[in-house]
Amino acid sequence: MFAYITRRLIQGVVVLLAVSFICFIIFMYSGDPVISLAGRYATLQEREEVRKAFGLDKPFYVQYVRFIANAAQGNFGKSYVSRVPALGLIMERFPATAELAVSAIFLAFTMGVGLGVLVSLKPYAFRNRLIMTGSLVNISMPTFLMGILLIMIFAVYLGILPPFGRGETVDLGFWRTGFLSWSGIKHLILPAFTLGMYQLAVLLRLTRAGMREVLTEEYIKTAWSKGLPPRKVIFKHALRNVMIPVVTMTGLQFGELIAFSIVTETIFQWPGMGNLLLTSIYEGDQPVIVTYIMLTALIILSLNIIVDILYAFLNPKIRYE
Amino acid sequence: MNRRFFKSKIVHDYFHDPSAIVGSFLLVIFIVGTAFAPWIAPQNPYDLEKVSLEHFLTPPIWMEEGKAPFLLGTDDQGRGIFSTILYGCRTSLIVGFGVVLIAGTFGVTMGLLAGYYGGTFDSVTMRLADIFFSFSTTLMAFLLLGLFKQRGVLIVILAICIADWVRYARTMRGSVLQVKEEAYILAAKATGAGDFRLLIRHLLPNAIPPIFVVMAVDMAVVIMLEATLSFLGVGVPLTEPSLGMMISIGKDYVYAGMWWLVVFPGAALFFLVIGINLFADWLREELNPKIERRE
Repeated sequence: MFAYITRRLIQGVVVLLAVSFICFIIFMYSGDPVISLAGRYATLQEREEVRKAFGLDKPFYVQYVRFIANAAQGNFGKSYVSRVPALGLIMERFPATAELAVSAIFLAFTMGVGLGVLVSLKPYAFRNRLIMTGSLVNISMPTFLMGILLIMIFAVYLGILPPFGRGETVDLGFWRTGFLSWSGIKHLILPAFTLGMYQLAVLLRLTRAGMREVLTEEYIKTAWSKGLPPRKVIFKHALRNVMIPVVTMTGLQFGELIAFSIVTETIFQWPGMGNLLLTSIYEGDQPVIVTYIMLTALIILSLNIIVDILYAFLNPKIRYE
Repeated sequence: MNRRFFKSKIVHDYFHDPSAIVGSFLLVIFIVGTAFAPWIAPQNPYDLEKVSLEHFLTPPIWMEEGKAPFLLGTDDQGRGIFSTILYGCRTSLIVGFGVVLIAGTFGVTMGLLAGYYGGTFDSVTMRLADIFFSFSTTLMAFLLLGLFKQRGVLIVILAICIADWVRYARTMRGSVLQVKEEAYILAAKATGAGDFRLLIRHLLPNAIPPIFVVMAVDMAVVIMLEATLSFLGVGVPLTEPSLGMMISIGKDYVYAGMWWLVVFPGAALFFLVIGINLFADWLREELNPKIERRE
């Protein structure tokens, strides 16, 4: 197990290096940073001085090593637009995105697995066919459309939920949370639902398919004939075996979740990282874009490793040698 | 031949599956509608001479202030919603087919080679596929387009292809690994068939059926992705019609009660995607030997 984790960590570092290399190349070839650093009206001599001062006259590999060394210390340079460190700018937005994503995953996971189990027990019941049709509708509707329709219904016509913003937040010193105020919770409902919907349908379908397969197995028949209560047969014997692909899928879909959080944040004007990224793309703010990419890569890779380790706990058959 | 075709299992199953019929019916409507868009559409919304600002934000024709020929109303530039939808679906379908064909061909080739030769090429390709997968097609296409400065339909197709080919490579490789073990492959080898012949004549046709399902599902995903990218403003340029962009323009008017700017393009996108998904569902069951169909 230890050897396995070590190997995965090394692989993760290699991928991060590859991502950083791509980012670096983009950095190098998307305009000369000297011009933005020295100012448009600097003389040639002043430009040369700036070039020397920032080490931009050094060969390619020296600069790359410096870029990596700085990145490892969390220094990705300053935003071209707001002139503050890019990492700080993103980290300030991190709590908003994290709270949105966690709420969405929670919604998707509990509802997806719950409904999936429900549907699998009586697949041809009318109510369950309705749920399945709903999930097909759900899968065929892009996140942004879902978000706008929800705004139209709940904010514009019914007027019961706020259409944008994060509401009142409580500052905990290191973390600005919206969970602790009523207005914060109300603002969270529509975006979290929008973001969770896509995953919900995927998890529902996966749980249903898995449960239908498992419920026909011999050991489930044994469990029933032993006279175990349905609760135990369904949740302990059957669902436990279905959870492996479901957890994997939740982990694998994390990249998708981040992508759709950009969409959701744009629609609901949620003050998170995704919203910042989109603004930075419009403004051509390279340092912020690169920092965002590196940070997302780091989060996704760590999550993948955690999911793989979780595997081992869910399925005792898997032993990483 | 003809009679045998009409009596075959696949044709029989098709006509006994309502979702397959509804799905392909929707698809045919969209394909015909977009192919003949210049003749069906009352105006060409991207011909500046035909578009006039005086008709801007007209409601659909059955509402009080509706005007002919704007069947479903107009947007803020005076473009007819119905006509723009026809042209927008054209972009959707071009991107959809384009990506499925290009990414599909490339992915299938890579998967075929990786599965057949194994070794370092295989492990590198598959590691790459793992990484691409964990970043997700949507995120990767979005970031690529965010870094590109140019905009255009071809660039959107290219960016999605770069992010998407691994889906095909993975499926193809898995399929090849299974087929490789079959007796007829060994027999072909024993008769002295070379690598090329083995790959093209024996492995490719026998390993490809699962790819058709992936293509159908992927088509729906790609069309939604193009709409999402255009909605975010990194997709097709403003001068090209796109459902995603229409919705993006319309969302600002939702608060003013002008629902037709969002609802109609949204419905078009939804029916296009659900048509493909219904068809894909049928194809998946049809091509999966493990599922015995219940009639």
